[in-house]
Amino acid sequence: MGLLDSSGDLSAEMEVDAFRRLFPLRYYERHLAESIRPDGRPLGRARDTTVALGAVSSADGSALAKIGSTTMLAAIKMEVMTPSAESPDEGCIAIEFHMPPICSPIVRPGRPAEAAVVVSKQLSDTILSSGMIDLKELALVSGKAAWMAYLDIYCLDADGALFDAALLSAVAAFSHLQIPVVSVNDKGKIVAFTEEGDGRKLEKEAVNKEKIKLTLGSIPFSLTCALHKKYILADPTSEEESIMETLVTVVMDSSDRLVSFYKPGGPALAYTSLVTDCVALTRHRMKELEKILDEAFSGMEVD
Amino acid sequence: METDRKDGRTPNQLRPLKCSRNILHRAHGSASWSQGETKVLAAVYGPKAGTKKNEDPEKACIEVIWKPKTGQIGKAEKECEMIMKKTIQSICLLTINPNTTTSVIVQVVNDDGALLPCAINAACAALVDAGIPLKHLAVAICCCVAEDGSVVLDPTKLEEQQMRGFAYLVFPNSALSALPEGSSLVNGEPLEHGIITSVTHGVMSVDEYLKCVDRGRAACAKLSSFLRNSLQKSQFPSDMSSKAA
Repeated sequence: MGLLDSSGDLSAEMEVDAFRRLFPLRYYERHLAESIRPDGRPLGRARDTTVALGAVSSADGSALAKIGSTTMLAAIKMEVMTPSAESPDEGCIAIEFHMPPICSPIVRPGRPAEAAVVVSKQLSDTILSSGMIDLKELALVSGKAAWMAYLDIYCLDADGALFDAALLSAVAAFSHLQIPVVSVNDKGKIVAFTEEGDGRKLEKEAVNKEKIKLTLGSIPFSLTCALHKKYILADPTSEEESIMETLVTVVMDSSDRLVSFYKPGGPALAYTSLVTDCVALTRHRMKELEKILDEAFSGMEVD
Repeated sequence: METDRKDGRTPNQLRPLKCSRNILHRAHGSASWSQGETKVLAAVYGPKAGTKKNEDPEKACIEVIWKPKTGQIGKAEKECEMIMKKTIQSICLLTINPNTTTSVIVQVVNDDGALLPCAINAACAALVDAGIPLKHLAVAICCCVAEDGSVVLDPTKLEEQQMRGFAYLVFPNSALSALPEGSSLVNGEPLEHGIITSVTHGVMSVDEYLKCVDRGRAACAKLSSFLRNSLQKSQFPSDMSSKAA
C-alpha cells in the first residue's frame, strides 16, 4: 500500500487493517483518488463472473452463478396447473429468492432477511416485464392445463450485487430449462410421461413429443453501481455497499431497452450525466455477460 | 404529444392536490396528502430512544410501516416500505439524534394510481409537522410512458395499467436561498435536478426515461412550491388545483 506516506494523518502511524476498520470511508477515498479499489479493480470493472449450468440434477433447469464471491443457485421445477380464467392460454412463473443464514453474518436464523423479499419482488418484476419468457409457450391445453414454473434462487454467499447475481442465475436457469414430457392418464389428468405408462398422448403433439426448450426473447442483464461523490463503482462488494450507501441498479435487455432504473434513496443524487454513465457501464457489462452465457452454453453442448 | 386522457387532463397536468397537516392529535406529526382519488395518511412518532437491531447506533434510525387499505402486507408493500425508508433516510439529518428511532406510519386511504409518490409526499409533510430535522424536502412524481413514447404525468390506476411503463421519481425540493444563483450547482446542475429515488416498471428506451426525468423535474418544481405553501400556511388544511405547465 503506497498510500500511507502522507503526513499529518493517523494513517501514517497505523496499521492498514486498523485504519480500514476505524475509518472505512477515508480508507476508500484514498483508493478512489488513485482510481483503484482496495481489491485491485479499476472503478468501472465488475468482478470475475462464472456461470455453470445444470448444477441441480433433480430440477428441470438450474444454474449456479458467481460474481466474485457472491454465489447464487437457481433451480426451476415445472408443475402442471389449471390456468386462470382470464388467461387460459398462459402458464405462470413463481419466483422466490431465499437468503439462508449461511449467506451473510447479518442474516439471523429464524427471521427472513428484509433484503430477500425486496430482491424477489424486483426479480419477478424484471423477468415478467422484460418479456424474456413468452407465457403462451408454457400452455399445454387451452383452459385446462398449463405449466407453472417455480423458480427458486438460493443465495449461498452474499457479497454485494445480490440482484445482479440472482438475475444472471435466473436467466441461465431458464435457458437451461427443459420442459418435461407429460401425458394424459385414463382419468383425464395430466401426469409425467413414463415409458411404461400407456397413457395416450395429448393433442398438443409439439409440446408432448420430446423435451423442449423455451425460446427466450430479449434477455435482461443488470449492473449495480455504488455512488460516492463523483465516483461510480461498478459491481460493489458488500463492504463497499455498506460504506457507500447509495446504490443504483440498471437493467437493460439485449435489444437495448431499459427494463429498470432502480435507485432507492441514498445520500448521493443522480444527475443526468450520472444516469447516462451508469447506462453506458451497463451496456458494456451486458456484452461481457452475453459472452459468459454463450460460453456456458457451448460448454454444455460439448458434454 | 396528443394523448387523450379519460379525465380530460393534458399530459402534463397533475390531478388536484390536497395537503392537510396535524390531523391526528396523538401522533407527533401527521399529514394527509391526496392527488385526485389517491389519498394517503402519514403519521410520525419519534424520535424514540434506542435503535433497532442491525442499525447504526451513531445515527438516527428510520422505520417505515406501510398499512395497506385492506388485508395483510405482501411483497409489494414490503418493497414500498424499503424504498420509503431509504428515501426518508437520505433527506433526514440522521446525526442530530443518534441512537433514536423515528417511526413513519403510512396508511393508504385510497389507491388510484401513483400511490408510492403520494405516500412519499405525505410522509415528507408529516416529518415536517413532527419537526424532524431535514436537509431538504423530497417531492415525488409518477411519469408514464405511453405506447407512442409520449410521457404522461400523475396517472390514475387505469392509466398506470394501460401504459407501457412508468417511473416513480423523487427529487429534492427547489430551495429558496439567499445565495447568488448558480452557487449551489453540482456538476453544472442545480441540486433539485438530482434524483433521490427512481423506481421503474415496464420497458422503455433510455431516451424515454430521460424524457420522464425531465418532465418529472418540471412537475416537481410545481409540486414543491405547493408543498412549501401548504407547510407555511400552518395547520389549516389547504388545497389547490394544480396545473403544471
